[in-house]
Amino acid sequence: MTEQATENRTAIPVTARVSLRVNGVEHHLVVEPRMTLLDALREVIGLTGTKKGCDRGECGACTVHVDGRRVNACLTLAVMQDGHDVTTVEGLGTPENPHPVQRAFVANDALQCGFCTPGQVMAAAACIAEGNATAPHRIREWMSGNLCRCAAYPQIIAAIQEAAQADPVDPAHAR
Amino acid sequence: MSRARTRVDGPAKVAGVARYAADHPGPDLRHLALVTATVPAATISTVDTTAASAAPGVVAVLTHENAPRLAPPVGAPYGGRLPLQDNEVHYDGEPVAVVVADTLDHARAAADLVRVDYEVRAAITDFTAVTDLVVPSPPPRWGPADTNVGTPEPAEVTLARVYTTAARHHSPLEPSATHAEWRDGRLFVRDATQGVFGVRTVLSSVLGLPREDIRVVAEYTGGGFGAKGYVWPHQIIAAMTAVHLGGAVRLVLTRAQSFTSHGYQPPTRQRITVAAHRTGRIAALEHDSVSPTATYGGYVEMAANATRVLYAAPAIRTSHRIAPVNTILPTPMRAPHEGPGAFATESLMDELAHELGVDPLWLRLRNHADVDPTSGLPFAAKDLRACYREGARRFGWERRPLAPRSVRDGHDLVGWGMASAVMATFRFPASARVRLRVDGTVVVEAGCQEIGTGTYTILPQVAADVLGCPADQVTLRLGDTDLPETGMTAGSSTTLSVGSAISAAATTLTAQLAELAGADAVSLTGTTLELDGDPDRVVDLADLFAEHDLVEVTADGSFTPTDTGHSLHSFGAVFAEVAVDEDFGTCRVRRLVAVYNAGRIINPLTARGQMTGGLIWGIGQALLEQSTLDHELGRFVSKDLAGYLVATQADVGELEVAFVGEHDPHSGAIGARGIGELGAVGVAPAIANAVFHATGKRIRSLPITPENLL
Ligand code: FES
Ligand code: FES
Repeated sequence: MTEQATENRTAIPVTARVSLRVNGVEHHLVVEPRMTLLDALREVIGLTGTKKGCDRGECGACTVHVDGRRVNACLTLAVMQDGHDVTTVEGLGTPENPHPVQRAFVANDALQCGFCTPGQVMAAAACIAEGNATAPHRIREWMSGNLCRCAAYPQIIAAIQEAAQADPVDPAHAR
Repeated sequence: MSRARTRVDGPAKVAGVARYAADHPGPDLRHLALVTATVPAATISTVDTTAASAAPGVVAVLTHENAPRLAPPVGAPYGGRLPLQDNEVHYDGEPVAVVVADTLDHARAAADLVRVDYEVRAAITDFTAVTDLVVPSPPPRWGPADTNVGTPEPAEVTLARVYTTAARHHSPLEPSATHAEWRDGRLFVRDATQGVFGVRTVLSSVLGLPREDIRVVAEYTGGGFGAKGYVWPHQIIAAMTAVHLGGAVRLVLTRAQSFTSHGYQPPTRQRITVAAHRTGRIAALEHDSVSPTATYGGYVEMAANATRVLYAAPAIRTSHRIAPVNTILPTPMRAPHEGPGAFATESLMDELAHELGVDPLWLRLRNHADVDPTSGLPFAAKDLRACYREGARRFGWERRPLAPRSVRDGHDLVGWGMASAVMATFRFPASARVRLRVDGTVVVEAGCQEIGTGTYTILPQVAADVLGCPADQVTLRLGDTDLPETGMTAGSSTTLSVGSAISAAATTLTAQLAELAGADAVSLTGTTLELDGDPDRVVDLADLFAEHDLVEVTADGSFTPTDTGHSLHSFGAVFAEVAVDEDFGTCRVRRLVAVYNAGRIINPLTARGQMTGGLIWGIGQALLEQSTLDHELGRFVSKDLAGYLVATQADVGELEVAFVGEHDPHSGAIGARGIGELGAVGVAPAIANAVFHATGKRIRSLPITPENLL
């Protein structure tokens, strides 16, 4: 690292103000401008349900909904989502009161270690809402951005099909 | 009893409330960022931390110049060199400094400011260029480096081939993370690990702390596949920093760092020879495998182990050699040993079948090993014939035309291939405790891990079976060095080993209850005990406990693997259908049918997930996964999940899994053997054999990529 780079680094504005509505709750944050939405959720707001598998858009573990659309939270900065509505896995349902997708994941054994699961669940809910959960081959294609190293893939397809039948299109998630 | 049961930890995991090692906040939590070597072999001439130390939020920067001194690790497998102790670099990615800061951002930014100058030395990363091969000293349960039994018979056909497999990275979705706290002279660690006791043992020895003053916890581990089995430098760095500075620290590896921080599956170069009679009987087998190890340690991939047990040859000779290179130490990865090895053995069998003009499945049955051909011992509850039979039936194997290139489907060449699967059964000593409370709840305690294999769900079923109660009445506490000690959750050993300990504890508990109740046998239902199988003789736990002045009844149990005089292996048969596009060279696995013989299956639901997961790992090994080393730079080229390809949803075709055989009375107390690794064995050769059947091209190097098939 050269002197030049060191100076540039310190010249960056230190903080930025961001308002995020997360799972219906308003959060006013003061963050480093380069902070990703993922780090803001996990490190600042303390919602650790959203996972960091790669921090560079390769795995989908960080999938959340922004204004109803699925987004890799590691690929967007918190400041870019100022004023937007963010839903994380914690906002989708709870262990006691699960969303149909969450219930179907458990029933179909669509998880093993569980680390990809929050991202899978969020992507699956969006996939159904988008109308892309019509047939197994179509679900496979539209869920291929979410890696599962435990490879619970067939069970994930089964869960999504089941949830899609239970809950055709949730209007809250329609684009 | 075998019963499908959904995952106990499922609701917490799908709701995102299951907390992994990196998910625990703390008021005084500090964040660590590693600085890693950018060259594979060097002496550090200077390390300048001035700018980093002055950066916002930075608390400390530790390097080999100022880090606390560590003692050698003893008592558990450790895969690294001791971190930050000297100015030597032995592999790209070796930690050379750690930054401690108040936030993750600050730690990462300051890590970029640490300036390291190296006197670079010549490095070697290409193991095939190493001339001074070393005879390895594998752990005894892996078997000896070399074996040689029997006398080869004169034979009419001899095939000598070289097969190679690629370097692969485990890439669990959870990057390794260690949260360490030093308070009041005690160390508390939350770790992404497959073995809390190994972590404690290594930390105790390197930090010079008594084991009683260290507690290691892993409530959930986000996948391991071997990467989190041995202890590695990052865990020591986090613990050392916590002890040095006091309070809490968290170190999370970046995805890039995970390619150089906890081993990898070494590539193999396997020379294998079969001699056979025209009748199809094998006359001799030879299998010699070479794989790399680190310059500072000896890991051996026991690839030739598959050849030691699979076929009844009158003569079998195997050997393993290792080649020291400048990488981190390789380590077991799903599936180790037989995983890369069966590619050679089972591809060669297909070549022999083709050479002899016989059906590959017939050839395997012709040479079926009724006893272990190397040790001469009987197998424990082996029913591989049933796997072949049932797999062939489900797949429709009898409709397979013998000649390659005989089936087309539109633009695709279609091929069918098969292979055997085999995996040694690993067992570890384990202990467990079972508590029965007056309200009827049963708590099982064992310090093993849930890495995704279903431990939280399966082990309560084992206790429930013995006690006679529903599994929902039992909860399991695991992943904590305060609980009874077990081995690491690796090598598919946990259900068998810990399950056997739990079974023993639960058996003792029922005996105690029977004695208290004055009966010969008891069975638990809710808050009552049924005596001697008589529904009319029932006592209330509340009355029984009050009578004896008890609040709970507790029993301990243990499992010690003993030599039963058997060869302990699980088996399977894998059948694959592939479609190869001749113009593009792309290969798709349309379907896999796999039938396994692995003793008693306790939970068919989670077992199915283990096997389908293993099959998909096999697809990755066959067609996708390879970590390429740049031998000029001495480092892995793609340290990310865009360059290192793992199977995605779109890579998976139709998968069918079944089990045959029942209770194995030899391996442990509960009739089960390991299954998780087995599922990833035999898939790659089945696919490679199907590719040959489709295209007439014999690919002897994994992975099979489109350029091989054009
Ligand atoms: S963490 Fe965002 S895609 Fe992997
Ligand atoms: S459940 Fe482990 S990565 Fe998907």
